[in-house]
Amino acid sequence: MPSTQTLIHAENVSRDYRLGETVIRAVNDLSLEICSGEFLALLGSSGSGKSTLLNLMAGLDRPTSGAIHVRGQNLAALDSQGLARYRRETVGMVFQSFNLLPRMTLEENVELPLRLAEVDRAERSRRVAQALERVRLGPRRQHRPSELSGGEQQRGALARALVNQPAILFADEPTGNLDSATGEQILLLLREIQDTLGMTIIMVTHERPLAERFANRIAVLSDGRLVDQFAMQTGARA
Amino acid sequence: MKGRDLGELAVRNLREAILRNSLTTLGVAVGVASLVAMLSLGVGLQTLASSRLTKSGLFDAVFVTSRRDFRAPGGDGPPRKSSAPPEKFKPLDESARQQFADLPNVVDVYPQIRFLTDVRYQSNSYSTNVLGVPESSRSASAFDSITGKYFSSPTAEEAILQADFAKELSPQTANLVGQEITLRYAERRAVSSDEIAKEKDIDKQLDEMMSGGISIVSREKKLRIAGIIESDPSAGIGGFGGGRVFLPLRVAEQLHPAQANDVQDFVRGGGSGKPTYAALTIRVKNPKNVLQVEDAIKKLGFNAFSLLDAARSLRLVFTVFDLFLGLFGSLALTVASLGIINTLVMAILERRREIGVLKALGATDGDVRSLFFAEAGAMGLFGGIFGVALGWLIGQALTWGTTIYLRRQELPGVKISYVPWWLAASAIAFAVAVSLIAGLYPAGRAARLNPVEALRYE
Repeated sequence: MPSTQTLIHAENVSRDYRLGETVIRAVNDLSLEICSGEFLALLGSSGSGKSTLLNLMAGLDRPTSGAIHVRGQNLAALDSQGLARYRRETVGMVFQSFNLLPRMTLEENVELPLRLAEVDRAERSRRVAQALERVRLGPRRQHRPSELSGGEQQRGALARALVNQPAILFADEPTGNLDSATGEQILLLLREIQDTLGMTIIMVTHERPLAERFANRIAVLSDGRLVDQFAMQTGARA
Repeated sequence: MKGRDLGELAVRNLREAILRNSLTTLGVAVGVASLVAMLSLGVGLQTLASSRLTKSGLFDAVFVTSRRDFRAPGGDGPPRKSSAPPEKFKPLDESARQQFADLPNVVDVYPQIRFLTDVRYQSNSYSTNVLGVPESSRSASAFDSITGKYFSSPTAEEAILQADFAKELSPQTANLVGQEITLRYAERRAVSSDEIAKEKDIDKQLDEMMSGGISIVSREKKLRIAGIIESDPSAGIGGFGGGRVFLPLRVAEQLHPAQANDVQDFVRGGGSGKPTYAALTIRVKNPKNVLQVEDAIKKLGFNAFSLLDAARSLRLVFTVFDLFLGLFGSLALTVASLGIINTLVMAILERRREIGVLKALGATDGDVRSLFFAEAGAMGLFGGIFGVALGWLIGQALTWGTTIYLRRQELPGVKISYVPWWLAASAIAFAVAVSLIAGLYPAGRAARLNPVEALRYE
């Protein structure tokens, strides 16, 4: 169950992109609060600014104006080193196209965030095994991504996102490249992780039924603005 | 990221595009090989020249003359004009020789013994110069290609002939080895006043008195021909060479031959009957000791001269030579470094998405930069090691080819290429340094990639 403690506070955030002479405002003066342990779905059509907002909250991008406070620190004020540390220590990410490195085995892919965090080798192998068991991919650890199905790849990507035990998991269209049954399995897994680890999950999706079924709260974006947000009934999530 | 992890990832990445990276590494190897081959040639030639010059005995020797007799080396010009009051000149005699021998770092002190002689062989007579050669000449390059053998001992009654002179004795010079020749020479004898007084022949007595206490007696000495050499083992300094028959120095000394300076001593009134030397050669342990010994001898009141300055000039010439060889060798490595830049820039384009993923997972700009640096450095390291081996092989091939050519010209083979450990180590370090410099731009570009754009890249 989500607590009432604010984990992320986006305050009048705007993000502009320059395309030649034209300035495109992908996120427009948006404010949003996300509580610790919450499963928030950012819902919207293509180009609504939901992925841009996710990237800003994940520390992959900086707002043109406004502030994003995570655990009291403003991401907009961090330098690239500080943002990298934030991504390494606080954030886990899952992408639509899985983004496992094709030249590495599944195990090596999952180990990558631990290498970047300079975790000891013995501790690394223990945590990799644990993360792969959690997504039920233990027996496939030596396989390369090309030898795995789409669902397995996404579960592998989920294991990689979890291995550093982050406080927040960002998922950008995690079911976008999967069939509906596999997509549902992934979301069930996300829910299970949220329930067992108490992790905050922020998911971008354009599939309203899935969002309504699995998220605690839905924020609807259109043209870079937050046009609606509502909490879901707990019973509807089973 | 830790260094070990960085290295593992770099090697893994290099292995993935094995063909392209191997070709780039090969480019570095060829560049390093050309550099190593060029410099090994320079070092080899320098070593060869140094060893030949050391063997010539010119650079570890100090040549000493009495101040009274001193002329500029190689010339018989007028004596130096000096406004200084005349000092008491020390004779270059046996006691001076002993003084020199007692100096530190002196290995050997020997006189130059050269005298005119008549050589008799098969009832024919030939006039020529005889030169005594010290035992240390055994290693001189002139004796490398001797027909026959060097003197069997320092006191062997043997002679080595110069090839042109040997041809005068017999056209079949090789047959001369082992034959006997007879030297007819003038022996210098000290004569005491008692001996002069006992002399009944008054004319002879007067002659002896006028000679200032020395007598010249005609003597003969039979010697066995031990070998025949092409060049003069003592040529090079101050016209001290010029011998055509060579004897062991100790044998030559025992003959007490009359030399040109005996007459000089007499003319200048110094003919006391004690033998003096025209010049002494002092051999020192190491060319480094030459200056110190030279100074010590000058302080003792003698003239001393060495060829160390010439050796210094030679080193300068070789340093410039090495510099140019190094510059030419580096050109190939510069071209190879362009290959590294090209390979890494291509890798950035191909691995754009991977860079985005690494950054999303928490890699800093520095981590990404280090990864590309490590890949460039690894290519430099492997290319450097392979290049040193290749350069060494090229040097060996050059030595091999040169030796074959020289043998066809009936000359002894020489090692013209030499790869000392410092050259190998510097070449590898240089290859890594050049590769890292080549990696600067690609690594910087990769580090600056925006993660969102990189992740969007298909």
